[in-house]
Amino acid sequence: MTSDAAGPDFDVVVVGAGIAGSVTAYRLAERGLSVVLIERGDVPGSKNLSGGVLYGRVLETVFPHYLNEAPVERRITRHVTTFLNADSAVSLDYSADGLAEPGNAVTVLRAKFDPWLAGKAEEAGAFLMPGVRVDSLLTGPGLDGATTVVGVRAGDDELRARVVVAADGVNSFLASSVGLRQKQPTNHLAVGVKAVIRLPRADIESRFGVSGDRGAAHAIVGDCTLGIGGGGFIYTNTESLSLGVVLRLDDLLRSGHTAIEVFEHFTQHPGLQQYLHGGELIEYGSHLVAEGGYPMVGEVAMNGMLVAGESAGLAINSGLTVRGMDLAIGSAIAASDAVVEAVAAGDTSKAGLAGYRRRLDESFVMQDMRTSARAPKFLERNRMYGPYGELIADVLQNAFSLDGTPREHLLNVARHALRRSPLTLRQLISDGWAGVRAL
Amino acid sequence: MGGGASTVKPTTVPERLAVNSFRVDEEESHIVVDQELCRTTGSGAAIIAVCPAGVYSEQDGLILVDHAACLECGTCLAVAAPGALTWRYPRGGFGVSFREG
Repeated sequence: MTSDAAGPDFDVVVVGAGIAGSVTAYRLAERGLSVVLIERGDVPGSKNLSGGVLYGRVLETVFPHYLNEAPVERRITRHVTTFLNADSAVSLDYSADGLAEPGNAVTVLRAKFDPWLAGKAEEAGAFLMPGVRVDSLLTGPGLDGATTVVGVRAGDDELRARVVVAADGVNSFLASSVGLRQKQPTNHLAVGVKAVIRLPRADIESRFGVSGDRGAAHAIVGDCTLGIGGGGFIYTNTESLSLGVVLRLDDLLRSGHTAIEVFEHFTQHPGLQQYLHGGELIEYGSHLVAEGGYPMVGEVAMNGMLVAGESAGLAINSGLTVRGMDLAIGSAIAASDAVVEAVAAGDTSKAGLAGYRRRLDESFVMQDMRTSARAPKFLERNRMYGPYGELIADVLQNAFSLDGTPREHLLNVARHALRRSPLTLRQLISDGWAGVRAL
Repeated sequence: MGGGASTVKPTTVPERLAVNSFRVDEEESHIVVDQELCRTTGSGAAIIAVCPAGVYSEQDGLILVDHAACLECGTCLAVAAPGALTWRYPRGGFGVSFREG
């Protein structure tokens, strides 16, 4: 249902060879549609950066044996969550080898992983066009009078398609240009600042207590971000570590610190040197993170266009896990099924593409977005990022440091510690209840 | 707990950026600031605070832009007041190329 006289060059133009874009292109090409996959980087992955943990079970529904084939780093069998104070730390350390078979979470480096994924789309028949920045959408009036997307413009070139899938990332200029995305408030966004440091395999295994292809994911809150909402992470790759901080923008701006200062504070934190020492930095990058959760997802379809992955605001920070890539895959599955259906029916209007939102709502993507809908508000309670870690450490300090004075009952110790802490019992109960409800 | 200063080298932003692969667009900058709006809305201070690459700095009340250092995350655009900053992706083939990601 395009309104142009020339007719489409392709059934579908997919913009962005990230995870959402490449999976969409792959599944469309597999079903026999003509697909062009446009990527602004010279090679897929060269503009893409993520923290590094992919909760990849959903990818097995597309590529059943991807773990044996794709360039993944390590299978995460150990999740450590740490309240890190200036000179103490309290951790929750969960390890289970069962997390490796079948693979649950794996670490990936996108400059290696994404070329593999885009290659799958190419093998299936999608036409990859790298090194091309899409400048704008081609639009025209639809039968219903509303704007219809009929293609894309890149420099002097125009490409027309029955459907455009915008998978152009968290900044999605394409979705913004047609009003599908609004400027987000700063408490819905965070900046991720990341480094990859090279470390010998043997050091990684001894420091993180893993071996073979197994790995660890550390989430760290508290002093490592100078108390700013968000947290730090250290993930093990095969022969490197991915590490960095994710900082909520409203809180970062309020703090008077710069993102650079916080990142450097993190990498210099005495409590983390046991993991990082001797590491040689081999890359420095950053990424804007959508943290608004469910309220941030707006319209995902219009006449002639769908929005997938991070472009649609699909990301979840639950406090324990940060997810984006698995939601991108889920949205790509929903988008490609909806496009196949719409093209077959000859109706690529907003109504014809409505199957996308319905499939998203029925899938784990929107169900998880809704389940975590309270997490962003909960994580905005800034007590999470300082006083709690100090309170717990204070209690444990009393329990473990035996100085010859008589011991008190642990409950009394906790009471005294709470009195010394800026926290009140009321806050403790309120946060505990909110936490249970949010997570 | 381990001790002392960072053992992760290098430790400054220019040194960290030097490790990356960049192809700088010498002909056009993908970033343009509106000095007046940056000053009156406070956007100048905000973009300096959030940019992990140190693209922005202030000298004599003017915001300086080093577009060659940009990591293309878009965080500056997210905190800038409307109109204070024109920020888009570099032309195809230019800018940072991640080799790790």
